Amino acid sequence: MHSNRSMWRAALRNPSITVGGGILLLITIVFLFAPWLGTVDPLTMNPVNRTLDPSSKHWFGTDTYGRDLYSRVLYGGRISLFIGFSVAILATFFGLLIGLVSGYFRIADMIIMRIMDGLMSIPAVLLAIAMTALMRGSVLNVILAITVSEIPRVVRLVRGSVLSLRERTYVEAAMVSGTRTPTIIVRHILPNTFAPLVVQATYIFAAAMIMEAIMSFIGAGTPPSIPSWGNIIAEGRVLWQVKFMIIVFPAAFLSLAVFSINMMGDGLRDLLDPKSPR
Amino acid sequence: MYKPIVSRLISIVPVLFVVSIVVFSLLYLTPGDPALVIAGPNANAEDVEKIREALGLNESFLVRYVSWLVDIARLDFGNSVMNGTPVIDLIAQRIEPTLSMMFLTIIFAVVVAVPLGVLAAAKVNTVADRLVMLFAISAFSVPVFIIGYVLARVFALEARWFPVQGYAYLADGVVPWLRHLVLPSVALGLVYIALIARITRAAMLEVLSEDYIRTARAKGLRSKRILFLHALRNASNPIVTVIGVGVALLIGGAVVTESVFGIPGLGRLTIDAILRRDYPVIQGIMLLFSLVYVLVNLLIDIFYVVLDPRIRY
Repeated sequence: MHSNRSMWRAALRNPSITVGGGILLLITIVFLFAPWLGTVDPLTMNPVNRTLDPSSKHWFGTDTYGRDLYSRVLYGGRISLFIGFSVAILATFFGLLIGLVSGYFRIADMIIMRIMDGLMSIPAVLLAIAMTALMRGSVLNVILAITVSEIPRVVRLVRGSVLSLRERTYVEAAMVSGTRTPTIIVRHILPNTFAPLVVQATYIFAAAMIMEAIMSFIGAGTPPSIPSWGNIIAEGRVLWQVKFMIIVFPAAFLSLAVFSINMMGDGLRDLLDPKSPR
Repeated sequence: MYKPIVSRLISIVPVLFVVSIVVFSLLYLTPGDPALVIAGPNANAEDVEKIREALGLNESFLVRYVSWLVDIARLDFGNSVMNGTPVIDLIAQRIEPTLSMMFLTIIFAVVVAVPLGVLAAAKVNTVADRLVMLFAISAFSVPVFIIGYVLARVFALEARWFPVQGYAYLADGVVPWLRHLVLPSVALGLVYIALIARITRAAMLEVLSEDYIRTARAKGLRSKRILFLHALRNASNPIVTVIGVGVALLIGGAVVTESVFGIPGLGRLTIDAILRRDYPVIQGIMLLFSLVYVLVNLLIDIFYVVLDPRIRY
């Protein structure tokens, strides 16, 4: 195993991690400081100024209600990143928990894996939009719906590595020598599931942002009162044949953010988990 | 050879059971009285009661679930809450565009993705490989509806090569049918291509490092022959598997793509049903799509057992 410091050095030498992480860091900083970056209230409507082209006053132009698109894109990014990040954390946490139980206890495994297979058979987009549409649109419900559809993948990953770790000599030795199960899990199993899990969490982060956009686009996502990249695009789509710019700005930011996260994921995978195929 | 097929067949029973429970329970996610929500704010008490009766909301969960399952076993998916049309008729009316689009997408994607993946693996760490990988990450990073709008903008609105929106039924001729489906299929296919190409590359890289490939090279076989005949065949298991697993991605993407291109398929039906909370329609569509996914993957696995007797389930 690498020491912490050599790990950092290796990470900084990996172009995917530095470029992807750099873009992500930059975007995050911009969004955190959105209120001080020349934005106005993203919700103020001004029908006289609707669908203006980009100008020095409205850098990205205005939308169909005359709201400043630059401000909306910056504030929308906060919500989109927040949703992506929350889903990554929640799905990884619950997936890890369920995966550990499943990988370690035979009887639970049977039941859990059947449930996960069933959940994975329902296309994720359908499951998520059905859930939010029925639950009432709120940021929290969007996060919950995407999390539920992402958990099975994490469970499978964790369970797989637990099953193979259980066969290792040092784990068997710990079992035979009477170490308590929780100790074995915490000391020997958990640390070794970490690397693929970090990589997976990054991909979930990216996938959740795409999913939020798709859900809002369909009309079963973040409520219109809170700008997110997805619903800015959704509101702009009626005019896509004449005012393409309204879609282009949020779409470009969304794609850039997701791209940087995916790139970081690839870099992390090469670094932490060089044997995995994907 | 029959034993693994039978056990694989049996394995779909619990999966379908879980799917049916999840799809059925969705109704209970709605806060408050679902009948009130469906009826809307302007409905009177009688209408609400009618909807409640139609959905069977007065019975217990178990009773309703079992009778729902029995109905479905008889291919009765209930009626739309909105207009009383049987769900199965609604689905039948809308299925052709969706199936056509998905069918074309799969063919197009496999034809493009597999050679791309093979190329990337054969020329690993060269510019060609990097470009394929860059394309793959990009396709994963742009939502399908953006790709759709950009394609529609460039190739339909400006170049006028394809119709901007709509669908032409196959019965009215193959050419208009194809012309309407080219852009949607390309838009929908990009992420699928990225997925398949990446797996193909990874699987090929693994196979190419094996001894028999070195032997074939040493024997003086031409490298194209080695790549496509020896390596690709042995790398095909994960590739075919991901083609099956990716169908779930395709189904989700189809819902969105239909909305971009104004295609009157199951995706549009889904969105309309979800926005109006038309439960029987939502349930019917989710069941259908999940069943398609399960069956596609079942067929792929069985196909594999037949081809490769070493595989056991």
